[in-house]
Amino acid sequence: MSVINAVTCPICGCLCDDIEVTVVNNEVVKVKNGCAVCEAKYMGYKSEHRIRQPLVRKEGKLVPVSMDEAIHKAAEILANANYPVLYGWSSTNCEAQRVGVELAEEVGGVLDNTAVVCHGPSLMGTQEVGIPTSTLGQIRHRADLIIYWGCDPWSAHPRHLERYTTFTEGRFEDSEWKSYINKVKAVAGKKKLLSAQRVEPHKKPHETVAESLIFNKPPETLQKEGRKLIVVDVRKSMTAEMADYFIQVQPGKDYELMQAIRALIKDEELDVEQVAGVPVDYLREVVDALISCKFGVIFFGMGLTQSAGKFRNIEVAISLIRDLNSRTKFLIMPMRGHFNVSGANIVSAWQTGYAFGVDFSLGYPRYNPGETTSMDVLLRGESDATLVIAADPGATFPKKAIQHMVKHPLIVIDPHLNATAMLGDVVIPSAFVGIEVSGTAYRMDNVPLPLKKVVEPPEGILTDEEILKKILEEVRIIKSKRDEKTEAP
Amino acid sequence: MMMQQKLRVTLITGRTIEQGVGKEYGKSSPEYYEACSMVYMDAEDMKKLGIKTGAHVLVRTPQGSVVLRAVKYPRSATPGLIYIPYGPWANVVVDDSTTSIGMPTFKGTPAEVEAAPDQPVLSIEELLKKEFGR
Repeated sequence: MSVINAVTCPICGCLCDDIEVTVVNNEVVKVKNGCAVCEAKYMGYKSEHRIRQPLVRKEGKLVPVSMDEAIHKAAEILANANYPVLYGWSSTNCEAQRVGVELAEEVGGVLDNTAVVCHGPSLMGTQEVGIPTSTLGQIRHRADLIIYWGCDPWSAHPRHLERYTTFTEGRFEDSEWKSYINKVKAVAGKKKLLSAQRVEPHKKPHETVAESLIFNKPPETLQKEGRKLIVVDVRKSMTAEMADYFIQVQPGKDYELMQAIRALIKDEELDVEQVAGVPVDYLREVVDALISCKFGVIFFGMGLTQSAGKFRNIEVAISLIRDLNSRTKFLIMPMRGHFNVSGANIVSAWQTGYAFGVDFSLGYPRYNPGETTSMDVLLRGESDATLVIAADPGATFPKKAIQHMVKHPLIVIDPHLNATAMLGDVVIPSAFVGIEVSGTAYRMDNVPLPLKKVVEPPEGILTDEEILKKILEEVRIIKSKRDEKTEAP
Repeated sequence: MMMQQKLRVTLITGRTIEQGVGKEYGKSSPEYYEACSMVYMDAEDMKKLGIKTGAHVLVRTPQGSVVLRAVKYPRSATPGLIYIPYGPWANVVVDDSTTSIGMPTFKGTPAEVEAAPDQPVLSIEELLKKEFGR
């Protein structure tokens, strides 16, 4: 038995690097410090849903083949394609991503990562107006006002509050954990008291959004000393339950709300009573809290990037930060999803100049969101082959995009039999990055961290990097043979 | 209260912790199926349709339709809003228009919901077979 300390968790953009893993006979048996998703990954990596050997679709069914046959078949598909899409890259290490760029250039395809359905709009917003941000360490030690806008870290980044924001003991700011526990106890105590008195809790009639907001006046604690937490969302999430103040914005109206806040920061009068379902009087109190904090930060998620406005929402959010910085200190950070989607953006930008949606079809990298992004290429029905690695578009892309994907050969490289693999023509199993393979990954604040190898991969299972290198080699052989043929008289 | 056959709503898709745990166990695991083949609805909206938590509903958009288990949203009133966790079931009905920036409209698709007591909620294999023939 061995206990391995300081393991980096390969799941979300938090990249918690304090995980303790116990290994017995080359198998993870216990995991400490992780969240529910982390435990599921370390306990589920060896489950029956894992692919044990390469598969190729023959007569409509996926049948086991040798690794060499699967790699040759994949290379043949890519070498013969005119306009393949190479998508995914976010759940693997930077080393594999680097080979991916080379492969995309060799086959003249579209290289795109999961940012396209995640924080692609954030990258575009950043390209428009820049981004005032920092590392999470700065926020952990100094931030006294945390805002989660359109994201629910309790569900998607379960340890974000505990490690980097409200519930962490910083050097200059204290954890709010105790006051949160007290709040929970007070609510529970009140309920107990009512039941002891046999009093039916007052049943409220059904509230509409507008009515519920009348009751949702900003609390006095919003102006308190110490760390404060504000959540803006279309529904009350678990994170919102922990917040000092929850602002329920009407769906698709984040842009309006932010513009109203910007106007109020500049001491302008609004001649409406409410914006996006939030009374302007309440907004004034929120703006007071924003201006009077010492160090504020907005974390934002899919609530902004996937709803109406998309990258314009990000642009206005960053502009809001710029306005706030004329009054106090404020930063902004996207809540990156996959553990190495930031790395995929960085490797792609470092190698090609562009963070996502890179098109090599003309022999040099081009980037034009809406044209060269994988989603649009698929929806327009332009591609004639797809390679998917370290992502699952079968479960994350809209139906129409997948319908086009399965019309043409589909290569899948993944440890699990995920939805895309079930639809695939060539399925190559790979080792789990961060469990069976070491490497580098970038945290959501773009800090690179080392991933540890804690167990050996099953026999015969290669890493993403090895598989891609073999495919690349094979593609080059096929292409040179073809060139020889065309040159021969 | 007047019972309604159909309800016009706004569809939002997103993350839930159960979906996060399910995807790590595997996409064909029962955890993933339980977590993703459901839809969170407002309590009053469910009353309007005459259904309770666990009832099957049909969600329809111009993109397609899917049968899901309805679950009452526990934390706040969200009238006119339905929430499906990310996954193959949600993606049958989300709006695929990218407004020319690569990102489909995963949040904010206009949709219709109706009770569908006699229709089954498909497993991931059945769903992929139905939608993509594989």
